[in-house]
Amino acid sequence: MDSDGYAIRFGFGLPARATDPAAMIAALAGPDRAATDWPGVTLANLAPVIRANRAARKAKDEVAQRSARRDADALALRGAKATFARALGSDDPFRERLVAFWADHFTVAPTARIEMALPGILIDEAIRPHVAGRFADMLRAVTTHPAMIVYLNQEASVGPTSPRGKRQKTGLNENLARELLELHTMGVGAAYTQGDVRELAELLTGLTIAPEQGFIFDPRRAEPGPETVLGVTYDGAGMQPILQALDDLAARPETAAHLARKLAVHFVADAPDPALVAALEASLARTGGNLLAVSEALLTHPAALDTKTVKARQPFDFLVAALRALGVQPGEIVEAAPKAFNRLVLGPLEAMGQPFHRAPGPDGWPEAEADWITPQGLAARIEWALQAPARIVRPLPDPREFLTTALRGRAGDRLVWAVSAAESARDGVGLVLASPEFNRR
Amino acid sequence: MDRRFFLKGAGVLGCSAAAHPWLTTLALAEAPGDNRLVVIILRGAMDGLDVVQPRGDAGFQAARPGVRSPAADLDGFFALNDGLSGLMPLWAASELAFVHATSTPYRDKRSHFDGQDLLEAGTGTDLFSGAQRDGWLNRLLQVLPGAGSETAWAVGREAMPVLTGTAPAQSWAPDQDLAVTAPARALLEHVYADDALFHAASHTAFGLAGMEAGKGQDVELIAGFVAERLRESARIAAFSLTGWDTHKGQMRGIRQPLGQLQSAILRLRDGLGPQVWGKTAVLAMTEFGRTVHENGSGGTDHGTGGAMLVAGGAVRGGMVHGRWPGLAEAERYDRRDLMPTSDVRDWAAGALMALYGIDRQVLESTVFPGLRMEAAPSLIL
Repeated sequence: MDSDGYAIRFGFGLPARATDPAAMIAALAGPDRAATDWPGVTLANLAPVIRANRAARKAKDEVAQRSARRDADALALRGAKATFARALGSDDPFRERLVAFWADHFTVAPTARIEMALPGILIDEAIRPHVAGRFADMLRAVTTHPAMIVYLNQEASVGPTSPRGKRQKTGLNENLARELLELHTMGVGAAYTQGDVRELAELLTGLTIAPEQGFIFDPRRAEPGPETVLGVTYDGAGMQPILQALDDLAARPETAAHLARKLAVHFVADAPDPALVAALEASLARTGGNLLAVSEALLTHPAALDTKTVKARQPFDFLVAALRALGVQPGEIVEAAPKAFNRLVLGPLEAMGQPFHRAPGPDGWPEAEADWITPQGLAARIEWALQAPARIVRPLPDPREFLTTALRGRAGDRLVWAVSAAESARDGVGLVLASPEFNRR
Repeated sequence: MDRRFFLKGAGVLGCSAAAHPWLTTLALAEAPGDNRLVVIILRGAMDGLDVVQPRGDAGFQAARPGVRSPAADLDGFFALNDGLSGLMPLWAASELAFVHATSTPYRDKRSHFDGQDLLEAGTGTDLFSGAQRDGWLNRLLQVLPGAGSETAWAVGREAMPVLTGTAPAQSWAPDQDLAVTAPARALLEHVYADDALFHAASHTAFGLAGMEAGKGQDVELIAGFVAERLRESARIAAFSLTGWDTHKGQMRGIRQPLGQLQSAILRLRDGLGPQVWGKTAVLAMTEFGRTVHENGSGGTDHGTGGAMLVAGGAVRGGMVHGRWPGLAEAERYDRRDLMPTSDVRDWAAGALMALYGIDRQVLESTVFPGLRMEAAPSLIL
């Protein structure tokens, strides 16, 4: 596979600086420059806004409530812009693709308008730091992050015979335990039982959040006594047995198999070559879940380098690739008027079927091409391709040059002919962006 | 290049849609009968007590000294909010009914998010939010004989988890612009010709975008589009109406969503025509009801029991179904909310049984797993 091929399959398309697996891995192993160049939102930014909103609601102070909502909206917008700016501007786009992959693996979505920035916060604080590190560390960071605890109702889970449980009518909530096994580690088909889910849920009691501190372990909610998950007994007080169980789940062979398959499906093909899945699985098993190593295995396996593009770009990737091809700079995204950013980016993203950081459930976005290239999804892409570029660059590029910029020799005969036959630059540029060639990777 | 991206703002994307007066028509070998079902999800928790007011209950006026919209008598006990007065002819024609004091099994936390998840998943509270990956309308499709990929439609921009799942269903937002000139469309078709997926999706999209669903507000576009689909091969459709979360200034605030609901029903009836409307049932359901007492800001807060609206020529209309629990404090749920006396899934399951002949055992195990259908009277004629 040539340099462009890597940029299309593992980045956000063309134009892109020349690259190869060694350079991509070296960049990934180096510092996360994009995170500092385009800073996102932190929990420390959002927490006071949530507290102010809560206080305003209690006091029925509508002015203060409106102001808190405005602050929350501004944070959400800043986070969304940072995500686009990084994808557009980074010299290390593979990192951004990996961040998106792991963010989807550990999906959270806002449960209220005031929390719209929360998924981006989880991504920046618990996922980004570990995309070139160990899966077990990412699992620990995500599972103990307030965003995940709230999203999967762990703050509602109380050990039935814990001091709190004996006083209150609330009890165990299995949601986080179930998704940990089903989605985050072993996978839905793996050999765990309802008994394992329940034991793990009991083990996780105590993980919760407190308004001022964020994540805490509250021993008064923790179910006493040992719990046995997948045949291993965990005992003792505090976080230690929970962290041990997370490490053990991360190290399970079923987890390696589950992650390997998801990586291959996301980056290479909806129905990936079993040899590729096996190679990724072996890498994860051999290295104890080293994500840099498995990324290298992915970039170098022959089955990942088939130049036939069979995956549909998801709407976020499509928009970033289109903006990149049109030459939009990350600074323009950061500076964009909120209204324009909504009309030209976030609104279309939703129309294409992928509202920003609002996946429909904890299992994240679908992967199959047929889930994205639907009548509605494709109509929204065509509409954007024909209408938006003229609002972004003036004059529009010559469509024949734009075809080369965006696809460099990857356009089929039909597209080459159609672009040259288009009656306007608008239609010509739109044809390139709406083409199957541009919408696949 | 001279950039004006973002910095000067941008107008609405083009809206001069070229007309494509032609529709996709897919030949269907079979269809699941002739009956139509429309499910409307009322997001935000509709105040059933203000929509179908229990004026015959002494507790009502006491609990709602301020928040009590003008209403017209229905049956001597209940009165209909004037915001739905345009539906009175349907009531008179026995094409409109309500179920009162009903709810999903969701209790206590009163979160819109969890409540809607449960309503659309159609499960009990033994599963937590998001644990059920598909919606009950999708599971209906999975067991519906003769169902094909064109049988069911999710309409509008709002995601419709109730219809999400492994059974194929169509989705479309009728306000999606597709401003393509005839020459550009011909070129796009040329470019897509060798790619089966893009070819099929664009073919359908051009057909749908060209349809004149009619002018009007979003809700009329949606209902008009739904009617068009149901007149052809589709049998099931789902869409959402929002704006029901009336924490303050409810008497003013509820008028807009009620107006939308009324427009949607009337547009469906008119668009379907008498014959198809006669085989149609519309179920409009919400995640939970609102508090019996009004709050301090002229509104109501999240509650439990609520109301469901039922319309169509196929329904047993002209009555308010369900057992009325009373509004005295001891009769309420948690001493604050209308006590649910039925499970909203029970009514829906009964409708599916009557409309599509689905077995009770399949309804209780697959479509609404864990539901025990009580002998609720059927909403369907």
